[in-house]
Amino acid sequence: MDKKRRDFLKIAGATTLAGLGGPAVVERLVSGTSPAQAKAAHGAETHGVVSEHEKENAPTGRRLGMVVDLRQLKKHPELMEKIVHACHAQHNVPHFPNKKDEIKWIWRTEFDKAFTEHSHYHKDKLTIANDVLVFCNHCDEPPCVKACPTRATFKTKDGIVAMDYHRCIGCRFCMAACPYGSRSFNWRDPRAGLDMNRINRHFPTRMRGVVEKCNFCAELVGLGKLPKCVEVCGSTRAMIFGDLNDPDSEIRKVLKDNFTIQRKPSLGTHPSVFYIV
Amino acid sequence: MFEKALKGNKYYWMWLAFLGTFMAIAAFCYVRQFHYGLGLTGMSRDVSWGLYISQFTFLVGVAAGGVMLALPYYVHNYKVFGKITILGEFLAIAALLMCLSFIVVDLGQPMRLMNVILHAQPRSMLFYDMIVLNGYLFLNILCGWVILTAERKEVKPPKWIYFFVYLSIPFAVSIHTVTAMLYCGLPGRHFWLSAIIAPRFLASAFAAGPALIVIVALILKRVANFDVGKKAVDKLATIILYAALVNMFFVGLEFFVAYYSNIPGHIHSIEYLFFGLEHNGHVYNNLVPFMRMFVVLFVVGVALLSIPYTRKRSDFWLGAGCTALFISLWLDKGIGFVLGGFVPNPLNEITEYYPTANEIFIVVGIWAMGGFVLTILYKIALGVEHEIEA
Repeated sequence: MDKKRRDFLKIAGATTLAGLGGPAVVERLVSGTSPAQAKAAHGAETHGVVSEHEKENAPTGRRLGMVVDLRQLKKHPELMEKIVHACHAQHNVPHFPNKKDEIKWIWRTEFDKAFTEHSHYHKDKLTIANDVLVFCNHCDEPPCVKACPTRATFKTKDGIVAMDYHRCIGCRFCMAACPYGSRSFNWRDPRAGLDMNRINRHFPTRMRGVVEKCNFCAELVGLGKLPKCVEVCGSTRAMIFGDLNDPDSEIRKVLKDNFTIQRKPSLGTHPSVFYIV
Repeated sequence: MFEKALKGNKYYWMWLAFLGTFMAIAAFCYVRQFHYGLGLTGMSRDVSWGLYISQFTFLVGVAAGGVMLALPYYVHNYKVFGKITILGEFLAIAALLMCLSFIVVDLGQPMRLMNVILHAQPRSMLFYDMIVLNGYLFLNILCGWVILTAERKEVKPPKWIYFFVYLSIPFAVSIHTVTAMLYCGLPGRHFWLSAIIAPRFLASAFAAGPALIVIVALILKRVANFDVGKKAVDKLATIILYAALVNMFFVGLEFFVAYYSNIPGHIHSIEYLFFGLEHNGHVYNNLVPFMRMFVVLFVVGVALLSIPYTRKRSDFWLGAGCTALFISLWLDKGIGFVLGGFVPNPLNEITEYYPTANEIFIVVGIWAMGGFVLTILYKIALGVEHEIEA
């Protein structure tokens, strides 16, 4: 190879590298943020090495999230059933007596099951006695969205992990991928498990062979309303909903003032649902 | 060349009719499932993949196993495998057709299958699995057909085909690697979240595929007057033996990591598969007999293939050894691996899976379909071989 050609290749290589890296540098300069500044939604300042699940992506747009105040749920024991019922009625979630066909968007479960990483031998009486509400975490890094081969499940610009029931092919890869067991499959015609005279006409029923799950009530939030579960909680404020990226939002205030935990934070999925124990 | 499949003795037709019966039953069962939904299977919210996907996973291995013949023959010019290589290529075609059928019967909305291409998601491993499986199927049909046609005309195969022959070797590795990646990239499923899954899949494939080829070769020797040669079978037995041992070594490593680290999430699935998992005073162990049988048949198979008398002197014992290993590896990957990964579920609850009769008939029917396709392809290949000899 002659000298000139070598020089040309060197320059070409260097230019390509600069071209690849350049935009990132420019973007950083313009926005004025660095990865270190974009800290956890907890508001926790950590010095030294920040572990992966404490990091959060730099805020862009809205990221809707939820805080579940388990203390309030303990105070109002009837609330959980009401929430589950209201959610399932809102979304025409069918009821099948056979557990094999079960579909659920939000349900109550024991603390140990919800927080498998937080279980230990000598728990306080209240934790043992009281249940937790679990539902889709609307992760910032959702494994289900990555797994879906048809983009039938996707993240909206508000941070909601949503489903397109008309595109889903029913491969159930998302169910294997979800580390929270939040997804259900329509093993049979869901209308067989619904009282068709009492369904909510403002939300579609599904067909058999597709996956479904909590959608943070995207259909209500889009109209400027609160999710059904939050509405049911009312003045108890057992569930608080809002924009995690807005520093002045109520949810951010609650997160700042309380110690919260998340389900399986070590998996790096960055859930948008927080719990006050 | 298809006309060769239309001529056969009465045993040939009886065999096809036998397989055809199971295919017809499966078709009927599938129509039922298509109309009712996958609720006709034993799958549930917690065990969301069942026998269909586990058979798919195992058969991808059988398809990939053929490369253990193609690689020595085409790359290293190992002439001993001259007659047996075509058996591997045609086995891959039949196995891949079974794989694709198992995927289709597992879909909740099979009519929307094309969405995988229309709305392709390149971050999904299923997208790549679709590409490599169909690619490997195409390559095997192309190479098998062109080489067989050349053989029939008693000329050398055209040079361009060797590009596709060599291409099919990395493809064989890729189909099982990508299939392993369906599982090992999922967070929160401890049993699958292991970097050794892909190599373990390959080891098990390189034993199971050739084992089936030896069994078929021994049968063809008796019923079709087609002898691939003692040396070829013996060399293949060595390959099977080492690959099976490597697979068991990898399984042993999984045991070590789980039990020595003592991390509950890593122990649970293994405990459930091999010993039974206790939960709230109840022991869940419906897969334990299968997994213990996997170990027993592995020992029997390895013994039969290692002892010189059983391996070299008698076709019967060699066939028995290969059958034992094939069933053993099927129990490991075609039953335990997929089903075990779902126990316990992400909330540490246990749901056991029992396939329904409808589901089992569909599984049997798809295996019968594979046997049907394989019989026809081998009939054609052997017809050509006999034609040349005559």
